Amino acid sequence: MSPPNNIPYIPSRLDSKVLYEYAGKLLLAKELPLNTPLLQENFTKIPSIKRTLFYQECLRCGNRQSHLFGKIPCAGCNKIHSYCRNCIEMGRVLECEPLYYWIGKEPIWPVFDSPLTWRGTLSKYQLEASKRIVQAVNRLEKELLIWAVCGSGKTEMLFHGIEAGLKQGKRICIATPRADVVRELKPRVQAAFQEVPVQALFAGSDERAGSAPVIIATTHQLLRYVKTFDIMIIDEVDAFPYHHDSTLLFAVNRAKKEKSTTIYLTATPRKNLQMKVAFHRLPHIFVPVRYHGKPLPVPKLRLCFSLKKDLKQNQIPEILKEWLTLRANPNRQVLIFVPTISLANAFAEKHEEFQQLGFISITSVHSEDPLRIEKINQFRSREIDLLVTTTILERGVTFPSVDVIIVDAGHTVFDEAALVQIAGRAGRSSADPTGEVIFLHDGKTEAMASAVRSIEMMNRRGGF
Amino acid sequence: MNCLWCHEAIILDVNWLNILIPSVPRNLCDTCASNLEKINGKRCRKCSRIANIEVCEDCTKWEKYYQGYDVLEFNYSIFQYNEHIKKIIAKWKYRGDYELGNIFNETFKQEFVKKFSHLKNAVVVPIPLSRERLEERCFNQAEMLADFLQIPKVDILTRVHGEKQSKKTRQERIISKNPFSIQQNLNKYAILVDDIYTTGTTLRHAAKLLQMNGCPRVFSYTLVRG
Ligand SMILES: [Zn+2]
Ligand SMILES: [Zn+2]
Ligand SMILES: [Zn+2]
Ligand SMILES: [Zn+2]
Repeated sequence: MSPPNNIPYIPSRLDSKVLYEYAGKLLLAKELPLNTPLLQENFTKIPSIKRTLFYQECLRCGNRQSHLFGKIPCAGCNKIHSYCRNCIEMGRVLECEPLYYWIGKEPIWPVFDSPLTWRGTLSKYQLEASKRIVQAVNRLEKELLIWAVCGSGKTEMLFHGIEAGLKQGKRICIATPRADVVRELKPRVQAAFQEVPVQALFAGSDERAGSAPVIIATTHQLLRYVKTFDIMIIDEVDAFPYHHDSTLLFAVNRAKKEKSTTIYLTATPRKNLQMKVAFHRLPHIFVPVRYHGKPLPVPKLRLCFSLKKDLKQNQIPEILKEWLTLRANPNRQVLIFVPTISLANAFAEKHEEFQQLGFISITSVHSEDPLRIEKINQFRSREIDLLVTTTILERGVTFPSVDVIIVDAGHTVFDEAALVQIAGRAGRSSADPTGEVIFLHDGKTEAMASAVRSIEMMNRRGGF
Repeated sequence: MNCLWCHEAIILDVNWLNILIPSVPRNLCDTCASNLEKINGKRCRKCSRIANIEVCEDCTKWEKYYQGYDVLEFNYSIFQYNEHIKKIIAKWKYRGDYELGNIFNETFKQEFVKKFSHLKNAVVVPIPLSRERLEERCFNQAEMLADFLQIPKVDILTRVHGEKQSKKTRQERIISKNPFSIQQNLNKYAILVDDIYTTGTTLRHAAKLLQMNGCPRVFSYTLVRG
């Protein structure tokens, strides 16, 4: 039944649902229902593209690079003007249309007495990190870095910190550069806080309102928020594209409140964060041991002289075949990392060769593969026993029992962080806490050497 | 110069050849350019679909539908509809990244000369968007393509707003009523321009209307054969 339309709109207070949805947002005209007068009163217009003598700036994404602005003969205003190409995936910012910026009051977010429904236990190291996060939240510390090895159970370490925030009615965001990671995190966080609304935001997500106290989002989605979050948790802070794209840093910084706590999570901090740690400019805590208490598998380097020639002809190198047959535990599934999409596809076509080596179901996966989510799930359920992949599977995904080989580990796509992350795919479960990691190369690079050093360093810190 | 699609910087290598002959400014990097696949080899002479027969099954059906006098003389398309061009077109058209259209500027000009320059006294007619759709997108991709060409353009068609073509089945599209209306007569050859030829229904709706209003021959020129 629809309400009778002769009842006047009472502008005393916003319908709370609308309030939670729009508070703290920075929106395009298209994203704002302009027929709600009170909403309009709570938003103010600001120009979308600012011009100075030397550059233009998109006030939604901070872009100032001239090649990321386009010119459009606009049928809306009949003028030729700029638009931002940098943030166009989030809806087009046109120079002739203002942005709408929330100036209304902040809603009061619910206070939860005991929001944590997760009943698992934490390892000694996890517990230490967890306590440190709770402390940072309660004391409103500005930033904290959690430097935790792959497979240390980062998500579980966050739960008590999130709990502490929710008990104080704080607004919490977990941001990560990759949509796949958002998809993976959402059910785990929701299961841990069953009574708390949790929303996942990424390009193409079903949920769009972004009105929950706990938001899990890709860093891009944060472009729609201004000074909104009390606790900002940035997962995989070193991951592409976050460390490449200044837009994402801009988005994260603008989305948090002036007084807020930022928690960075990473297994492989980039040099800039490591420097800040070394100079005591960034409080941090190490988690050097995996949750199952076993050391990280240390990669072995295997030299292959014919590598470049083999790859050029899309041949599987003999050394790779040999390794596949001589593995210590043939029950493990195999992940083969290759540097390019075309190589991934070419290898996966060699069914017969792999079948002769005892593999039945072989496929490839990469970032542009429309079936990638299905394939990852099939690999996890062991319907696929050998998966050829690009760096898309370097992080954020967990398989219980795999051996890993990187073909052409010296290729530039495999930087130190990528190599450490890939090595971290092996030995993830307590049922099979080890696994082989091979770097197949035709000349050792600094990245390979550093990756091995940093894994050994973490193992030493963990007391192994 | 940065690649219009991937934004990587394009490094032009200078050699003795292109020092003397100024090369055409490229707006795609080599990798992105190589991902565009032109329609090569045998194609249906009526609709540009890759085919081993002279006239494909669909076009035969159209002939029959119009009792031997198809309102569209033929369609010529440049590119195959692969994943890459699909993405470019989606971002260009639906996201509204106007500049991406410039990727096709040179090719669209060149192929036009090859295929249509023998037609004297012809005009191009871009397939219009409805007013609502144009307000939403701020530009019409067919208009942009038509503007690349160096022959007169006439905007005599308008389109009434309807549900999205892509949501209809093929059958529904064929029997759906003509979404266009026409402002004036045209007694010249018309070359309809659009970004993509999928079933050919939309183009034939436009062609039919032109034909009924004095146009002696109607062709279509599209970027992609879907
Ligand atoms: Zn922007
Ligand atoms: Zn405009
Ligand atoms: Zn490119
Ligand atoms: Zn045909």
